[in-house]
Amino acid sequence: MSSITDPRQARPALRLSEGTSALATQPLPARVQIATRQLFKSYQKGSFGIPVLQGIDLEIYEGEFLAIVGSSGCGKSTLLHLLGTLDRPDAGEVHFDGHRIDNLPSASRDILRNKHFGMIFQFYHLLPELTALENVLAPALIAESTLGYWFRRGEHRRRAAELLELVGVSHRMKHKPRELSGGEMQRAAIARALLNKPRVLLADEPTGNLDRSTGKQIMKILGELNQQEKLTIVMVTHDPWIAEQADRTVKLVEGRIQGA
Amino acid sequence: MYKLLLCWRYLRTRYIALVCIVSVMLGVATMIVVNSVMAGFTHEMQARINGMLGDLIFESRSMDGVLDADAHMQKIKGIAGDSIIGMSPTVHVPGLMYIDINDQLLTRQITMVGIDEATYSSVSAFGDYLQHPKNREQLTFSLREGGYDTFDHQLPDQSEQQPRTQMEQAGWWYRKQKAMLKKQRQLITASPSTESEHKNPFGVPATDEGEGRDFDMATEQHVGIVMGIGVCGYRTADGSDHFVALPGDDVRVSFPAATLPPKAINEHYTITDFYESKMSEYDSSFVFVPLRALQKSRGMIDPTSGVGKFTSIQIKLAPGANAESVRDALQNAFPAQFYMVSTWRDKQGPLLAAVNMETAVLNVLLFMIIAVAGFGIFAIFLMIVVEKTRDIGILKSLGASGSGVMGIFLGYGLSLGIVGSGVGLLLGLSFVANINEIADLLGRITGQPVFDPSVYYFYKIPTIVAPFTVTWICVGAVLIAVLASVFPALRAANLHPVRALRYE
Ligand SMILES: Nc1ncnc2c1ncn2[C@@H]1O[C@H](COP(=O)(O)OP(=O)(O)O)[C@@H](O)[C@H]1O
Ligand SMILES: [Mg+2]
Repeated sequence: MSSITDPRQARPALRLSEGTSALATQPLPARVQIATRQLFKSYQKGSFGIPVLQGIDLEIYEGEFLAIVGSSGCGKSTLLHLLGTLDRPDAGEVHFDGHRIDNLPSASRDILRNKHFGMIFQFYHLLPELTALENVLAPALIAESTLGYWFRRGEHRRRAAELLELVGVSHRMKHKPRELSGGEMQRAAIARALLNKPRVLLADEPTGNLDRSTGKQIMKILGELNQQEKLTIVMVTHDPWIAEQADRTVKLVEGRIQGA
Repeated sequence: MYKLLLCWRYLRTRYIALVCIVSVMLGVATMIVVNSVMAGFTHEMQARINGMLGDLIFESRSMDGVLDADAHMQKIKGIAGDSIIGMSPTVHVPGLMYIDINDQLLTRQITMVGIDEATYSSVSAFGDYLQHPKNREQLTFSLREGGYDTFDHQLPDQSEQQPRTQMEQAGWWYRKQKAMLKKQRQLITASPSTESEHKNPFGVPATDEGEGRDFDMATEQHVGIVMGIGVCGYRTADGSDHFVALPGDDVRVSFPAATLPPKAINEHYTITDFYESKMSEYDSSFVFVPLRALQKSRGMIDPTSGVGKFTSIQIKLAPGANAESVRDALQNAFPAQFYMVSTWRDKQGPLLAAVNMETAVLNVLLFMIIAVAGFGIFAIFLMIVVEKTRDIGILKSLGASGSGVMGIFLGYGLSLGIVGSGVGLLLGLSFVANINEIADLLGRITGQPVFDPSVYYFYKIPTIVAPFTVTWICVGAVLIAVLASVFPALRAANLHPVRALRYE
């Protein structure tokens, strides 16, 4: 557990494109880690668009455990993808540590996703060809060159093993995902999300596919990570009981944050 | 790093990729085999043609020839002496050969070549193809006592050949037996009229100077003649050779005289040896006799000076000499309406061009096989990209770049190409190394000989593995595999991560 240190000290400064340097000189209030400004997103269905997000203003504080709730299909995943730079908004901005990130070139966004955000999904999204341990190692494999990985492979493996131990699936390290239960897969996915010591964990219905008691265990792990590691967690769920575990809950209704 | 790992895992878990490997492999192997066999045949053929023809052929346009080979050779030497290491005058004349097989006449169309025993071996590999070991050392036109080869000396391995048992008898002993039999038969029939009929069955008046009366077949020979092994021999499908006449037998040849008014000359010759160039075109039509005797028979010798006429001069060039430039220099020095100078390649130009053409067309067709394999890779890769859509989304959500994802599939294609052409290379080379065994086996299974030695004058399928060609084939195959994976790889690289993650 001690190896998961305060991520801010362990991490080199973010490299950002020059267009954002003006904003960098006037940082947002220090405690706000992620902020969105009037986010709009719609999906094109044939010739007309379906509006999904219609002006999201949201501030996420460093170290908090935020739950975003809303009915199925209201755009929770879409919002999370925008926060995690997997997609670009039609309009509006996303800021991370005071820097605008939604318009970064794809190479920088790849680095953000690899090093600064960890993501977990409802369907775990492990790579079926790799073992649990290799899946956990994937972010390191992606970050490093072949030679670099080869030199630090012991270090990486040790950390991956520790993380698997932390989430409680160290006995399944050599197993392929199809040989794991849902809970075990989600634990491995959490370990994978933590490998590169991210500062934010984005969780898209992490318990959506699990029974209640397994979901509880997953929630316990997330709660501990938030408490002990001061990891910022943004969790999306449609389950009010799960949302109760969070520090703060916001509701997504008709493409807007309710009460915002 | 993940590229290598995933590439390897996809290779190992996707058996459909084996199909790509197999198709690349088969294409590469076939191309190597076909090219090796074609190169083997071409080389063998060229070596034979070059061996028989020499490097350059200086010909008179008239079949009756021109006077004085020595003067011509002197002049040729004056023009291109530096690059010439041997010259030999010859007389070519078409003729009809009559072979007497138990009182039945076998008539064959042949080309008679009068050669100079002393110099001919310096311009032609003809001497190496003879069947008597002593004749190979020094050619003579006198019949040997015996000791003709019963195995093809040009092949290293005797154990796989059918022995030519008939050749054991050839020589003087055989001739004596023949003479004895003939005498006995004459005594039995005892009719002089039948004998003269037999001696001269085709009604052409014999011009030979009354040999019939005091010529003793048992101890004397006519002028020697060296026959192509295909003129009086044939090969059956099992690879064994049969001869209708042997060294020691007499044959009769009719050919035109080089005089006016034209008349046919009719001469007896005694077979003294066979030659086997393994170019069936030559072996079944060319016969060699001494130059001087042929000149005499055809009336090509000037009665006052004693100088003979020739129809061509074969020229051997020094190694490294440029045949084309020597040819042009000689052609410029001699009037083109009387003389023709050509290289051995010019002589067999259409044949060589046809073989080259055939090789090129075969290569194009076979490369299509690899191209088909390329399309297979293309289709299968597109399938795998679709199948792996979600994984690609996962990789991108973990920070993999588009080019990194592309690298997985390009590397995948590259490894398929390398493995496919590597295995194909091994397969092709081992096929070439054992091609004759395989041909035998196929022949035994189908009951139809694949390589019929009675058609080709080789016992074995000749092969040459050209490293350049092999490299080119392998590189081409790998390139096609990579090219076929470019489009699927680009598609994977450009997949939108969210759409890929939502893909079911
Ligand atoms: N690629 C797409 N094309 C069209 N509509 C889409 C696409 N992706 C999502 N949607 C629609 O956008 C809405 C929001 O989807 P999503 O963010 O997944 O909702 P949630 O996660 O809250 O269930 C849904 O109505 C869905 O049908
Ligand atoms: Mg969702």
